[in-house]
Amino acid sequence: MSVWIAVIATGLGCYALKLGGLVTPRRMLDDPRVRRFTDLVPVALLTALIAVQALSDGRTLEFDAARLSGLGAAVAALLLRAPFLVVLVVAAGVAAGLRLLGL
Amino acid sequence: MSAAGSARAAGEDVPDEEAPDGIARQESAEDEAARAAAVRDGLGVGVAVGVSGLAFGAAAVTAGLTVAQACALSLLAFTGASQFALAGVVGGGGGLVAGTLGAVLLGGRNALYGMRLAATLGVRGRRRLATAHVVIDETAAVATAQRGRAAARAGFYTTAITLYLAWNLTTLLGAVGAARLGDPDAVGLDVLGPAAFLALLWPRLTSGRTAVRVAVAAAVIAVAATPVLPPGVPVMLAAVAALPALLGRRAAP
Repeated sequence: MSVWIAVIATGLGCYALKLGGLVTPRRMLDDPRVRRFTDLVPVALLTALIAVQALSDGRTLEFDAARLSGLGAAVAALLLRAPFLVVLVVAAGVAAGLRLLGL
Repeated sequence: MSAAGSARAAGEDVPDEEAPDGIARQESAEDEAARAAAVRDGLGVGVAVGVSGLAFGAAAVTAGLTVAQACALSLLAFTGASQFALAGVVGGGGGLVAGTLGAVLLGGRNALYGMRLAATLGVRGRRRLATAHVVIDETAAVATAQRGRAAARAGFYTTAITLYLAWNLTTLLGAVGAARLGDPDAVGLDVLGPAAFLALLWPRLTSGRTAVRVAVAAAVIAVAATPVLPPGVPVMLAAVAALPALLGRRAAP
């Protein structure tokens, strides 16, 4: 499967989900268990992505000190309630700085 | 910001704004003020979050997408987490089928926003088809933060239009800019994806212990599965961390 097909399929799939929400009968949301599950799925997926992107390169687990420090800096920025873009700049800046120093 | 704040604002602790229609009929100065405030919110969120399309454009090209592919993804998918996810899989040389499924699955929360906003927006037919494309974190956050349906709609569409224009323009700029960079890792671009996810997720992680438990379990599952499963699959597999919510009794979240 080429990257183009993946791009278009992702676009179509994401659109289908958005539309599905708008046309879904409201009573389906009434089951609190369904609601809790669908509410928590993004938490699981996003955390998994963070962990995999932070700790692996392809199928190899690796500990890149600069990258992990950048993410640590992002956590610090979030604790200080920094805006989204500041968090990104701080994270990238710390990683870049450490690599410049030869880490 | 707003992408982070948005997840919470659109979450379940926000009271429903579906006011009865009678209220909307009083065209008072108060309604006008509420609508103006909603438009200001929409513009602020749209511009502030829109700028971070630079990060996506740069991350996508760094991961190996072409500039055209990065732009197409922003135009067609228009939901940050899924876009970063697909770029991440491409960058990691992962299976594109699993990567695509994972990216689409990540867009699942937009379906929830849609369920939440359907009555507020009250759109039908072709307008519903167009509106669906912009049901995302930020638009849902701004819409649910307003008082009354008129203000909610004004906030929703202001955010939608501003953010769509900004996000796609900055995606192009970020993608073209990244193409000129030497070694993207040297300027820390590999950290942008995970840092963006972290920021998006932060309000959830700091507001509930259930979310933290699910997050930890998901991270452990994904990392443990990474050496033994094709790239993209471990992240999908991590969705099972949310299953106890479906099986449990009605414990408070």
